[in-house]
Amino acid sequence: MEKFDVAVVGGGVMGCSTVLHLSRNQMRTIIIDSGALCREASGTNAGTLTLNMTRAALIPYAIKGWELWNNTEKWLCGGVGTRKVNGLSLAFTEEEEELLFKRIEARQAMGAPIKFISGRKAQLLEPGLNNSVRSAAWCNKDGFTIAYLTGHAFRRALKQENVSVREYSKVNKIEIEKNYFKIIFENNEHLKAKRIVLAGGVWLEEMLNWLNVKIKIKCLINQLIITERMPPVMKTVLSIANGLLSLKQFDNGTVLIGGGWQGIGDKKRGGVESIPENLIGNIRLACHVIPKLRYGRMIRVWLGLEAETADALPIIGKIPGISNAYVIGSVHSGYASGPYMGWLLSQLIMEQEPEMPLFDPNRLINK
Amino acid sequence: MTKIFTNDIKKVDLVVLGAGPAGVAAANVASKEGAEVVIIDENSSAGGQIYRAPPNEFKPQNSFKSDEFREGEKQRNILKNSNVKALFKHRVWSVSSDLVVSTVGPNGLSSWHARSLIIANGALERIIPFPGWTIPGVIGLAASTILLKSQYVLPGQSTVVAGCGPLLIAVANGIIKSGGKVSAIIDLNSKSDWIKAFPRLLSRPDQLFKGMSWFANIMKAGIKLYGGHAVTNTKQVDNVLRISIAPINSAGSILDSKNQKIVEGDCLAIGHGLFPSTEITRLLKAKHIYDPLKGGWVPLIDDDFRSSIPGVYIAGDATGISGAFSAVQKGRIAGMAAVRDLNVMSSQKYKAKIKSELIILKKNENFGKAAVRLMKFRPELIQTITSETIVCRCEDVFRSEIDEAIESGARDLNQLKAWTRCGMGPCQGRTCSEAIEAILASKVGSRELAGQWTGRTPLRPVPIEQIIGKYTYEDIPIPENAPL
Repeated sequence: MEKFDVAVVGGGVMGCSTVLHLSRNQMRTIIIDSGALCREASGTNAGTLTLNMTRAALIPYAIKGWELWNNTEKWLCGGVGTRKVNGLSLAFTEEEEELLFKRIEARQAMGAPIKFISGRKAQLLEPGLNNSVRSAAWCNKDGFTIAYLTGHAFRRALKQENVSVREYSKVNKIEIEKNYFKIIFENNEHLKAKRIVLAGGVWLEEMLNWLNVKIKIKCLINQLIITERMPPVMKTVLSIANGLLSLKQFDNGTVLIGGGWQGIGDKKRGGVESIPENLIGNIRLACHVIPKLRYGRMIRVWLGLEAETADALPIIGKIPGISNAYVIGSVHSGYASGPYMGWLLSQLIMEQEPEMPLFDPNRLINK
Repeated sequence: MTKIFTNDIKKVDLVVLGAGPAGVAAANVASKEGAEVVIIDENSSAGGQIYRAPPNEFKPQNSFKSDEFREGEKQRNILKNSNVKALFKHRVWSVSSDLVVSTVGPNGLSSWHARSLIIANGALERIIPFPGWTIPGVIGLAASTILLKSQYVLPGQSTVVAGCGPLLIAVANGIIKSGGKVSAIIDLNSKSDWIKAFPRLLSRPDQLFKGMSWFANIMKAGIKLYGGHAVTNTKQVDNVLRISIAPINSAGSILDSKNQKIVEGDCLAIGHGLFPSTEITRLLKAKHIYDPLKGGWVPLIDDDFRSSIPGVYIAGDATGISGAFSAVQKGRIAGMAAVRDLNVMSSQKYKAKIKSELIILKKNENFGKAAVRLMKFRPELIQTITSETIVCRCEDVFRSEIDEAIESGARDLNQLKAWTRCGMGPCQGRTCSEAIEAILASKVGSRELAGQWTGRTPLRPVPIEQIIGKYTYEDIPIPENAPL
């Protein structure tokens, strides 16, 4: 019978970084996933590291996360293609400009180095922009990673730290024994751990249910679109004031179009299929912003699941009523701040004072 | 909301994807029974790969009219004289599980909402890479048949024809008949492999006779034939391809790597068999099984060619490679099953009609199965993919990178793709999937464990200009704001 100090269920960015820090502090750890590491949201998101799109309340965390992604050589094993570029959130109408003001103010108040600039100035920073841009929010702490490389970098780092990695292993339930949690797999095998961390993204609601804790987690089905390689058409990370576009061009020339336009799917089936109208809407918006995009070809569309709590804020901390059990997830723009969030939770697990406040799940319990 | 899209969806009883022998047969039989049928193909006319029509600009003279050309003309006429609405030069880029088929054609986007869908998108050619397979002058056997059949162009001045199966003989014969030169034939199959196939090939004596006459042409031309050999390397030296070959065993393993021979030509036409096209069935998340004797991964179907997705039928080589003759019966059965399920045809009539189809199908399938055996994938052939060989040619991913990713812990095809970019280019893995699956399967134990790539839209790259059409900023149906 294998026994661990900590078992993390859910092998995305949150789970991987939590377990990585714990193992570096001499804990005997295992990470478990029903599929492969970082193949859900952590590997399928747009890789955007932008403060313009991050929820205002999470700005301080996202800045820390941005720094971590920009210094992967210090804590990961292999890079994820991080690029530091300018970020612009755009307004094309008077209405959008008002919204832009509000969003800039809220983010500045939380410490984001975002400035309001004219449309002309925005075009100097991004020559590919449509002439009709009125104004923009400019942030130089912006950029992106190549999200699909995340699992590769983590997998190697975890191996180096001797973390046990158990992929393609579906957990069916968790039983609480005297000093241990008994984690029971679909094939009836089991293992024991003194502490558990639930880090299962959109599936956290069902996972918390194993421990009889009820928290509603909504599941968004985000469509992402990638073009064939094309000549340089842009060099910044772009969004629009209402937050429904995310646009960047990678070094290899492909352009990623996202923004949270919805496809079809659910927690049970995952991402099922894209909705053609929503693809067209999303691509029209992208082409309005960068007109030269029209000369590219759409090559692939995929779906990424995103978790959201009732108040759209994270749940990170102790699972109410159960000692030695922890949860981490539902972080908006969670990929960007994920490595930092994992580190914060590892501090709590190691009985240290976390550097920044966590997000107590207790507030969301359905009583 | 924008109007260009949703209001444009036209309703129809049956949509058939692919106008090869299976698709044409399915569409025709369903239409005759009274169903309203649309058939869609990206090519400019019907015929599929086997009966591919020459461009309208250069119709062949009588001396160039092969049996295949005549059969193709017959099928094109059947379609022309039917009530089937045929959409050529239309690329299907999305098929949703409620059976909405989205296409992009000469006049932009159009969509069809089908009550039933028949997928008859045929097969793809497997090419197991080797050093030099991406240099100019190296092309597929299937590509060579396109040059010969529809373009009347020889693949080279002096062509080395390599690989396996009926296409090998067909291409060699085609080159000779067109007045070209075949400098050598490199066949994965040995003489005894052919002898073993013989009894089954007898189920279609007419076709066996045809194959043998092709073979006689090859022998008469005095072409050197290397049976039980594989191409291991190709180099270009002063406009000549220097092609290394070595003997292999029945699993595809190179027997004597030191005893390599060199053959020369200015073109190498090579193919390692056909495998069913599963892009659409994977997109629909239909159930698949891996069956080497059907050519590889195939969608699971019942006796009436129903897939695991309600309302979706599969016909032709997409159900398992068995050739053009049985594709016709597969198409007819799928077409009749579809119209019966739509209550356009009675069950009684269906039962009566299906009997004779099944008898012909069995006979033709026997012939096809022998051909498939000759094209069966030999797992150890991946030995020819050396560390420095490009496996994914869209993204220039080398074998060494694939091996490193597997070593780092990639255990399924999608993770392997994420870590190396293999299969992420314009062909979306159509060219490299077989090689990459085989490499991964050799490490994780089976093709089933290696898995399949997730099917996604668009099924073909779509020019963005065609997707967006003409619009203003106000035409974009922007959803509600993201939270502050």
